Amino acid sequence: MSATFILSWIDYLIMIVYFVFVLGIGWALKRYMKTANAFLEAGRSMPAWVAGLAFISTNLGALEVMGMTGSGMKYGMLTTHFYWIGAIPAMVFLALFMMPFYYGSKARSVPEYLKLRYDEKTRGLNAILFAVMTILASGISMYALAILMEKVLGWNFHLSLVLSAAIVLGYTYLGGLSSAIYNEVLQFFIIVIGLLPIVILSLKDIGGWSGLQAHLAPIATSRGFAPDTWTSTWRYTQTSTENPMGVEWYSILAGLGFVLSFGYWCTNFLIVQRAMSAKSQTAARNVPLIGAIPKMFIPFLIIIPGVVAMALMNTPGKGFSLPTNEAGQPIYDYTIIMLLKQYLPAGVLGLGITALLASFMSGMAGNVSAFNTVWTYDIYQSYIRPVTGDKEADEKHYLKMGRYATIFGVAVSIAAAYIASKFGNIMDFLQTIFSMINAPLFAVIFLGMFWKRTTGHAAFTGLLTGFLIALLHHGLTYPVGADTFFKGGWICKFHAYPVEMAQNFWTAIFAFSTATIITVGLSLVTKRKKTDEQLNGLVYSLTPRVSEEKVVWYQKSSVLAAFVLTILVVLSIIFW
Amino acid sequence: MGLDIKLPIGLMFSIFGIILTIFGLCTLNDTALYERSLGINVNLWSGIFMMIFGGIMLTLYLIKKKQKPV
Repeated sequence: MSATFILSWIDYLIMIVYFVFVLGIGWALKRYMKTANAFLEAGRSMPAWVAGLAFISTNLGALEVMGMTGSGMKYGMLTTHFYWIGAIPAMVFLALFMMPFYYGSKARSVPEYLKLRYDEKTRGLNAILFAVMTILASGISMYALAILMEKVLGWNFHLSLVLSAAIVLGYTYLGGLSSAIYNEVLQFFIIVIGLLPIVILSLKDIGGWSGLQAHLAPIATSRGFAPDTWTSTWRYTQTSTENPMGVEWYSILAGLGFVLSFGYWCTNFLIVQRAMSAKSQTAARNVPLIGAIPKMFIPFLIIIPGVVAMALMNTPGKGFSLPTNEAGQPIYDYTIIMLLKQYLPAGVLGLGITALLASFMSGMAGNVSAFNTVWTYDIYQSYIRPVTGDKEADEKHYLKMGRYATIFGVAVSIAAAYIASKFGNIMDFLQTIFSMINAPLFAVIFLGMFWKRTTGHAAFTGLLTGFLIALLHHGLTYPVGADTFFKGGWICKFHAYPVEMAQNFWTAIFAFSTATIITVGLSLVTKRKKTDEQLNGLVYSLTPRVSEEKVVWYQKSSVLAAFVLTILVVLSIIFW
Repeated sequence: MGLDIKLPIGLMFSIFGIILTIFGLCTLNDTALYERSLGINVNLWSGIFMMIFGGIMLTLYLIKKKQKPV
């Protein structure tokens, strides 16, 4: 089945209305952008629910949606681990234990927190790595968007690239972080409403949940798994051979649930920036918790259609199939696209396509707005033009720089998109590098927040060695069937992992453990440079406990956290 | 920020809702169009749903605006 769509005028009408609103929001916000603080930090004025939806929306990019639906098809409900155990505990931890320090320290970025807690070199290392990686990530989403437009809608690749870049540049240049956040919230609702018809129609077509189970049973048994494997989450994880993902319960718990997810959710500035934009300390703590509630239900929207697609593809007469690559293998990432094509008539189809476009663009805007902030505050202000003391002039100057950084960021993203079009594997490569940076970073920030003895030299060395060990591990090991050196084994093929996920997980474990051991060890032998006084507000034991601001009971972080964790347990039991 | 996000959300989904509801009503008897959606007029249903959602957002926006004197 070909993946090309023919859109009608009504689909284009919906798309155009959406673009008008996206740019309109930027234009409406423009008059509030008078200072660098307003442009780069949204003036710390966001209500908790807006920042909370933006918080999870940033992580709901189109590549994520397409990949997760594909995984739903390949692995079944096991994929929900990425949304439940692999996200929720980390989000609750960030909210309760880390946000008070990120927000309370008045740091404007994660690198700046490192500067306040440790020293200049630790900040510099993190800021530069983050800036480079973020802009590359933005370029890659741009490339993926243009490829999709070309393949699915038959648009010209270069035109799609320039057009999407221009729209993203337009609204981020005008409204800065606020504009990015507002559009992420808009994207959240449009994704939910745009994909809902597919969930309902595909489930109805297959005969509801019980019909789905009945259709999947013979498929699972024919592959040597128990009949209900595709609709279970924890049940078949005693050994790695019982489930299609090839993982055991303890590697899910430790790898996904701890190292990878804490590394991602608690230290990635792209994510944390959303919570930092909140209007008060309590709001900032509630941002990840409010985000966690819809987060837990996103699997119903994007994973279940994938699971249904598995049943559809194996049921003759439904006429559902995936496009294949040169080797004749189905391209699982196209699952959601093929479902849109299967079920949606003109009209709602335009809405579905717009939802995907929206999530690509807000992904780019998110990256660009995080890049802006890190570039302006952590690189430009720190090393190129320090503050002069004239606050008003400074704010104006850094606002201008923030705007220039937006243009620069989008321009480099376009260049990165063309590089990506030359080297198809750059995406895998980037994801691998990200996991190598995040795991040691989490170790260093965690130790910094909860152990006052941790020193700057130790943190810097820990970050660096953690990253190098991860690189070394990646160079020595490879997943079975790897065809390029981006997947590992580029030094020598020392050890093979059964699946790529196992390799990623162990890379992160090694990076995290090394960073922890080196940081703790060196902290014990180096001298502390920061006094207790200086660390007030940055370290747990040196920060006076503030009782929560007077809020209604349901706005209390502790109540929200308990509520979120209860839903997590209930969902896990229902889909055990 | 000075702009309440409920306003653009409410407006956009109301417009989407109106467009799809009208389109759904005009295609009530178009069985060929809705063959793939199992005979259900999804445009009409989505349109109504979005009009309600947009309407709720706009109402919340107006309530909030009344509370806060300019």
